[in-house]
This record gives sequence, C-alpha cells and structure tokens, in this order.
Amino acid sequence: MELVLSLGIGVLSAAGIWLILRPRTFQVVLGLSLLSYAVNLFIFGMGRLTVGAPPVLGAGPDIVSVDDPVPQALVLTAVVISFALTALFLVVLLAARGVTGSDHVDGREPHQEEPRP
Amino acid sequence: MPPELLLAAAATLPFLGSVVAICLPSHARGAAAGVTGFATLASLACLAWLSPLAAGPEPVTFAVDWLPSLGVRFVLRLDGLAWIFSLLILGIGALVVLYAQYYMAAADPVPRLFCYFLAFVGAMLGIVLSGNVLQLVVFWELTSIVSFLLIGYWSDNASARDGARMALTITAAGGLCLLVGMVILGRIAGSYDLDAVLASGTAIRESPLYLPALVLILAGALTKSAQFPFHIWLPRAMAAPTPISAYLHSATMVKAGIFLMIRLWPVLSGTESWYWIVGTAGMATMLVGAWSAIFQHDLKGLLAYSTISHLGLITLLLGLDSPLAVVAAIFHTVNHATFKASLFMAAGIIDHETGTRDMRRLSGLWRAMPYTGTLAMVAAAAMAGVPLLNGFLSKEMFLAEAVDNRGDHALNLALPVLATLASAFTVLYSLRFIRQTFFGPPARDLPHAPHEPARWMRIPIEALVLVCVAIGLVPNLTIGPLLAGAARAVLGDRTPDYDLALWHGFNAPLAMSVLALAGGVALYMAFGKRIDTNPRGGPWLMDRLDGGWLFERGMTNLVRGARWLEARLGTERLQPQLRILFLAALLAATAAGLGRGLDLFAPGRTTAFDPAFALLWLVGAACAVGAAERAKYHRLSAVILLGGAGLVSCLSFLWLSAPDLAVTQILVEIVTTVMLLLGLRWLPKRDAAIPAPASERGRARRRRLIDLAIAACAGSGLAGLAYAVMTRPPVEGISRWFVEEAYPQAGGRNVVNVLLVDFRAFDTLGEICVLGVVGLTVFALLRRFRPAPDSRARPAQQIRQDAYDRGREGREPGHTAADALMVPRTVITWLFPFVVLLALHLFLRGHDLPGGGFAAGITLTIGFMLQYMANGAEWVEARLRIQPILWIGIGLLVSVFAGATSWLFAHPFLTAAFAYWDAPILGKVPLASALIFDLGIMVLVVGASVLMLVALAHQSLRRTRGVEAERERA
Repeated sequence: MELVLSLGIGVLSAAGIWLILRPRTFQVVLGLSLLSYAVNLFIFGMGRLTVGAPPVLGAGPDIVSVDDPVPQALVLTAVVISFALTALFLVVLLAARGVTGSDHVDGREPHQEEPRP
Repeated sequence: MPPELLLAAAATLPFLGSVVAICLPSHARGAAAGVTGFATLASLACLAWLSPLAAGPEPVTFAVDWLPSLGVRFVLRLDGLAWIFSLLILGIGALVVLYAQYYMAAADPVPRLFCYFLAFVGAMLGIVLSGNVLQLVVFWELTSIVSFLLIGYWSDNASARDGARMALTITAAGGLCLLVGMVILGRIAGSYDLDAVLASGTAIRESPLYLPALVLILAGALTKSAQFPFHIWLPRAMAAPTPISAYLHSATMVKAGIFLMIRLWPVLSGTESWYWIVGTAGMATMLVGAWSAIFQHDLKGLLAYSTISHLGLITLLLGLDSPLAVVAAIFHTVNHATFKASLFMAAGIIDHETGTRDMRRLSGLWRAMPYTGTLAMVAAAAMAGVPLLNGFLSKEMFLAEAVDNRGDHALNLALPVLATLASAFTVLYSLRFIRQTFFGPPARDLPHAPHEPARWMRIPIEALVLVCVAIGLVPNLTIGPLLAGAARAVLGDRTPDYDLALWHGFNAPLAMSVLALAGGVALYMAFGKRIDTNPRGGPWLMDRLDGGWLFERGMTNLVRGARWLEARLGTERLQPQLRILFLAALLAATAAGLGRGLDLFAPGRTTAFDPAFALLWLVGAACAVGAAERAKYHRLSAVILLGGAGLVSCLSFLWLSAPDLAVTQILVEIVTTVMLLLGLRWLPKRDAAIPAPASERGRARRRRLIDLAIAACAGSGLAGLAYAVMTRPPVEGISRWFVEEAYPQAGGRNVVNVLLVDFRAFDTLGEICVLGVVGLTVFALLRRFRPAPDSRARPAQQIRQDAYDRGREGREPGHTAADALMVPRTVITWLFPFVVLLALHLFLRGHDLPGGGFAAGITLTIGFMLQYMANGAEWVEARLRIQPILWIGIGLLVSVFAGATSWLFAHPFLTAAFAYWDAPILGKVPLASALIFDLGIMVLVVGASVLMLVALAHQSLRRTRGVEAERERA
C-alpha cells in the first residue's frame, strides 16, 4: 500500500509541477490543484497508513489503534485553503485575461514587445 | 496616585493625545491645539509632581514584563537627568504648541501636525525615561519615523520631501547601528536594564567587544545629533514648518544623541577611543558648523548651522574625560535649547510677517517690529555668549575646560585656540543675524509690509528669553538645583564641585571670552559686506565640498546600481522564476537527503498490499498525466480528468481511515469543478492546428524537456520521501493525547472534528477568515470584470438554438435549452429540500461522526448551485433571496461570539463547554458550545462559496444585459 500511494503522490506531483511550469494560466491553475492533491496526500501519509480504523471513537476498534487524527485535521484545513486558492487564482486569471487580452502567465504573448516600464 | 502610575501616565498621555488629535476634523484648529497643549502640560505636571522624588538617591521607576522569556522588562525611570530633559521636551513643547497655533496657515491640516507632534513628544519622553536600553532604541527609531513625518509635513513641497527622506535615511540608519550596539552592551552587562548596564562600566570598558559596541552606539548618537560628517540632514530639515524646526532642532531630536552620550558617559567614556571619536567629531562639527553658519543668507539656515556648531561644542565637552565637562555639557544643552528655540521662533515671526527669510532682502525691521527685535537680540546675545545671559555661563565653563588640559594630546593643545576661534565665529554670525535683519535702511519690496505679530505668538519667545535672562543673572536660584540633580544622576560620587557664579575673577576663560567677542565684532566689521555679497551663499573654502550633493549622488548611484543588478539578474517573467524555485527546492532537498544519509528503502512497517488499491491508483495516475497533457488544447477534458484524480485521492482517504477528509474532498471537488467550468467560457480559443513560429519551436521544445526533467525529478523525490517516511515506525507525538482526551474533555467522538472546532479552533477561525476574504476578493475582482474582445461573442451553440427557436411558431429563444433540461430540472428542483436536509444531517452529526460545519456548508452550496444550473440565475433569484455577503458576516460574527462567550466564564478565548440534552424524539443530543462555532463555520462557508459561484455565473448574464441595453439604444 505504501509503495502504491507514494508512487501515486509522485505521479500527481510530477504532473502538477509540469503544469505549473507551463505558459498558460489555465494550465497553472490545474497544476496547482494536482500539486495540492499530492501534497495533501503526502501530509496525510505522515501519520502512517491504517486501514479500517478511522479516528471516530466508540464505533470500531479501541483507542490505541485508530489512525492519527492530527495530519487528518491539518489536511482538512489544507483542502479548504486550496479550494479558496484555486477559486482566487481562477478569478485572477479571468480578470488578467480580460485586462491584457492574453492568457499567458506574463500577461502578454512571448513574441510580443516588452512594455516599457 | 502612586508615583509609578503617575510616571506611566506621564509617558502615555502624549500618545493618547496624538490619537485624539488625529481623530479631529482637519479644520478643528482650536480643539487640536487644546488637546495637544493639555496632554503636554498634564504630562509635565505629572513629572513635576514626581521631581522631588527623582532628585533623591533612587530614581522613580515603573516596570512591567515586556519579553519575560528573555528577561526583558519595560521600565520607565525618572532621575535627575531624565527630569531636566523632560522639562525641556515638555516645557518647550507647550510653548511650541501655542506658537504653532498662530503660525500655521488656515489651509494647513493642523490636527495632523499636532498628532505627529504629540507622537514625537511621546517618543522623546520615551527615550529620556527609558530604563531599558532596548526600549530606548525603540523610542529612538520612533523619533526618526515621526520626525520624517514632521519634516515632510508640507508634502507637496519637493524640498520638504527630500529633507524628510534624508533625515530618515541618516538617523534611522544610525538607529539600526545603535540597536546592534545596545544588544552588545546588554550582552556584556548581562541585562538590558539601564541600572545593570550603568553598574557594569568596568566590565564593559574591559570587554573585547567594547570597541564595536562603542562605534555602533556612537554611530547612532552622532547621526542623531547631526555631527560632522552626518550633519548634512539638519539644514535640509529646515523645510519643516518653523515651530517644528524650533522644537526638533533646539530641544529634542538632536538632543536625543546628546542625551544618549550623557546617559552612557559613565559606562563608555574614559578610554582613548571615546576621547578620539567623540572629541574629534565634536571639534570638527563645532568648527564646520560655525564656519558654515557665517555664510548663510537664510535665517533658518544660519540657525541650523549654528545648532550644528553648538551640538559639536556639547559633544566636544562630552569627549573630554572630565566630570566637570559633563556638567558643562548638560548646562549648555539647556541653555542652547532656550535661546535657540526663541531664535527659531523669532525667525518664524519674521518669515510670517514679511514673507521672506533671506537676509539680503531683509533690513531695518527694527522700525516695524521693535518688540520682536528686542527679544531676538537678547536671544542672539545669549547665543554669542554675552555676559549676564545664560549662554555666557556655559560658554565660560566650556572655555575653562578647554584651557584645563588633561594629558598632552595634540587635540588638547589646540583646544583653547580652536575654542576661542569657534566662539568668535559664533559672535560673528549672531551679530550678522541681528544687524542684517533689524538694522540698516528700511527694506523695500518685501512680500508683506512688516508689523508686530499677534500678541499670543510672542508669548513663547518672551517666556524663553525670560528664562535666558533669569539663568544668566541668578543661576543658582534657577537652574542650580536641576543641574545638580542631573549631574548627580550621571556622575554619582564623581560629581565635581562647581560654581555657577557670574564672576570668577580675571582668568583665562574670561580673557578668551573677551577675545572672542572682540574678534567676532572685528571680523564682522572687516568681512560683513563681502559675506553678504557672496553670490553662491556657500561658505568660503568649503563650497567645493557639498555633503548634501554627495549624499544625493550616492543615493542615486545606489538606486542605479540596484536597477542594473535587477536588469542583469532579475526577471519579470513567471516561468523562469518558478523554474528557479523548483530547482532550488530540489537541490536543497537532495543536499539534505545526501548530507544526512537518507536511506529510502530501509526495511520497515508496511500495510498489506491490495490489488484493488493499486488499480485505483493506476486510474488516478492516468488521470493526472492525462490532465497534464490535455490542459493546453482540451481544457474541458482536462477538467474532467482532474476531477478523476481528485476522486481517486478522495477514495484513498476513505480507504485509509479518513472519512472526514473523503467527505470534504468530494464536496470541494464538485464545487471546484463547477467553478472551473464556469471559467472556461472566458478563455481564448486555442487550436493545436496553428503552428508556432519556426524560430520558437526549437526553444519551446528544449524548455519542455527541461521542465519535464524537473517535474520527473521532483515527483520521484517526493515519492521516495513519502515512501521512506510511511514505512518508518510512527513517532510518538501529541496525537495520542488528542485521541484520549477528545471525549472526556470535548464530548466528541469524531476526533478530527473535535480537533478542528475545539482543540485547534483558533486555527479554524483563521482559516474561515481566509475563506471569507477570498470570497470578497473574488466578488470585488469580478465586479469590474471586462471579458477579452474575442470571448464576448455568444457561444455558437446558443446562437444556433436561438435561431431555431426564432424560426418556429410559438417558441421563444431559450426554449430549446429549457426543453433539453426538462427532466433534470424537475428532479433537481424537488431535490433541494433533501440537499438541505443532508446538510443539516452532516452538520449535526459532525461532533461524533464524519461530517461537520464545513462539509454541511459546502453541501448547502451545492444545493444552491444545482438550482442555478437547472433553472438559471434569474429563476432562482426571483424565488430565493441569497445575500452571501451577509452570510459571510453573520458566520464570522457567530464564530467569534461563540469563542468570546468563554470569556464570560473566565476561560481563554474559544474554550468549549458541552452537555447532553434529552430531546423528545431525537433522543440524546450532544450540545457542545463548539456546535455554535461550527454553525458559524457553516454559515460563512455557504456565504463565501455561494458568493464566488454566483459572481462567476453572473458574468454571462451581465454581458447579455449590456448587449440588450445597446440594442435598445440602437
């Protein structure tokens, strides 16, 4: 299981980083989403993997063997924040595209002249 | 009132007054001056009440813990030295307030000036009352910042802005040096308390770190006191309103450096390095200042250079290793403050009533303003050191010290000569000031006809001149006790015997005084005309050496150099920046891994392999790679594949015992996907069939290969790291405690939820604040949204459908789309109550089972979103009044309220309580106060996410409205 999950984290993060390095804003937004999946899983994995023992008391196994709740709480926060981040980036990219007419991350096509500061 | 509280009140009053003053409307001149005068006088009264105590052997102190973990206390400490400086700061401060009230023009926003002024008074008081050397540095920097605001008060004036900037650059840089120096000093002494520092003088002087500490502390003191070569900021600070100049450059700002040198004199002086640095700086400053003052044509410029010269004199006194010189330095500080403040005010009156400060244009003002003229003459005589005035007494002491050589340094041998020379220069420029301004033929073509100023404007000068005369005539009755207290506070047992008498018999100082007076007069007779006609206005011999010009050129070159470096090494383009970022992270991680000998495949614990899980991740990996590949040309399929990858990670959470995460992830996934789909509409068409320019193709290909390599390396590194950690045995951390205490302490069985709404509720509060801020930002950004021209056209499908609808009898545009969604629409409309029910269910069970406020909020959002999708925005908004911004506010308030109620029970913020309640049908319902907090979360989440979605969805609607409006107009 550990091997599978870590390979999955690797593929997700590689795809995310590749997309973040692309020139189009939409690619960067998707890349950030993929990378945040990978990082969330990575943080979650820091609590080690447990099957069938959620940290809900009184229902299943005893107190000792439940999964580590701290990384879960951290990741829950991270999920919310990455949701907010994706929404913000999406809107920023739409606004930038409206203002500059380009969806390149620098706000202009690469072969265009640099604007004088 | 106990003394320590009185002391604290005195230190706080100016700051309180400053806050009050800035709240006043900008035309409330009287009120602002009243507040300022009251705060200053009240503070002075508090300290005056304490002064008998301060004159005793023990200073009055007020201490509170500041950084208890570092053993640093905030200490206010009033002794004789602090009292004499406080008297200057507050006494002259009160007079300046009165003066400024009449000086400032009707158009000036006076409350702002008084706000800065009071903040400055507070900061200066803070310096002199500090009983902790770090605290002193804090107030020190505060004076730099506030003086920047004061000098630049007339911010539409370029020279005011430049002068303010230069003063800030020089004094704040000195302040940074001072901070380091004080830290070293505190380290040597073992404490930052002033008493401890003062008690460990020997240890400090013998420490190997003495010299660095001395140089750094003096860098602070000498820049603040405008000592050569840092004096250049002071003449340029004359762009400030005259009351401010009178205050900053007579009694306060520049005296802060002097105060610091006096305060630390017992600790730092008595060494060769002190003698050379302080003595040489003082000597050079005294001569350069006096020489330059002679050649100024601007009244304030003359006074500025004269101030520099007098500061140099005081510094020189402190450099001499003699307790008597310290007494003379304190005495001259007081005297200089009184006569210089009155001269600045007189110069201000002349400027105010005639419209010019240029001595070449002024002449014969005596006829129009004899009263002001008399006052200015007495003050100038005090500056020149004429007998029967206070300046004479301290100058005598200075000359006596200059003659009384100790050791045989070259400096000491030249001292009497140079001191007499500088005194003669002082006489010369004082004489020139008076002669040029008040005597001679009546001036012609002045901007205003000169006349005496308002009665109240003269009162501050009268008071100061009275002090000059009183000290000069009966020093022992006036300044004597104050000076004795201050000297004892600094020198302790080393306090020398001294005599403040007017007449010490015929001796060397008297001869030097007479020589200086006569020499000054003779020099003026000889050179007066040529100085007045000196065209450039700069001093002879030194006109090639303009410190201000050098400084400005240095700053320009600095900026130019930074620009050059930025152009060479920086880039505005995002891609190279990100590439460098990832490469740096990669290198750092590799170096750390190799350096610590990380073994990725050490045998360790593993969980049993499950082929289904592997299959799941095969799909997940394929989705991720597919999304990466499709994102450029096929955005829709990329969004779908992204959703697939998200779903796989959600299922993994479920599989690996994290049901809360799975629930949240899938809900967030739905909303994110819908948002991305809404955004797709406004992106440009991108066609793979359009070839890139041939020149770009090779470069793009190479860039892609590099990026692929970076991504592959980073991915495999992260995978290896994840594997290495997950196979190692878990570390015993804080988790066990949370699991064990979740039920007994918080009454919840779902540990993750308990963590979020109870144990770590403060984090969650911050997190929902972020969410609310993002919601509002999205809303604000989209309010002014203008789509790019090529996205404005309506979608082809919509145009086709509408054309079809128009062509048929009995059909309206939009019917086709409505028909297509008939079944889903009906289902979704009826689904709404059930979605609300699901949200409530998730919310209520959150504390004990997977769910919670966040999941419930997102579910409710999805409920709204579905209605929008099925029925359209107009239909929904005609039936449901959703005010997302209100929801955000209410949610935040509820959460903060839930946290704050714990204060009522004397518990820290966000402490939760819980109980069980036997409800009639539902059975035992857990009632935790965390539930209210969770309710706030839910409401805010609904508000923020609905706001984002609606703002995005409305863009299409707004555009059609605009088009319709245009069509109607046509």
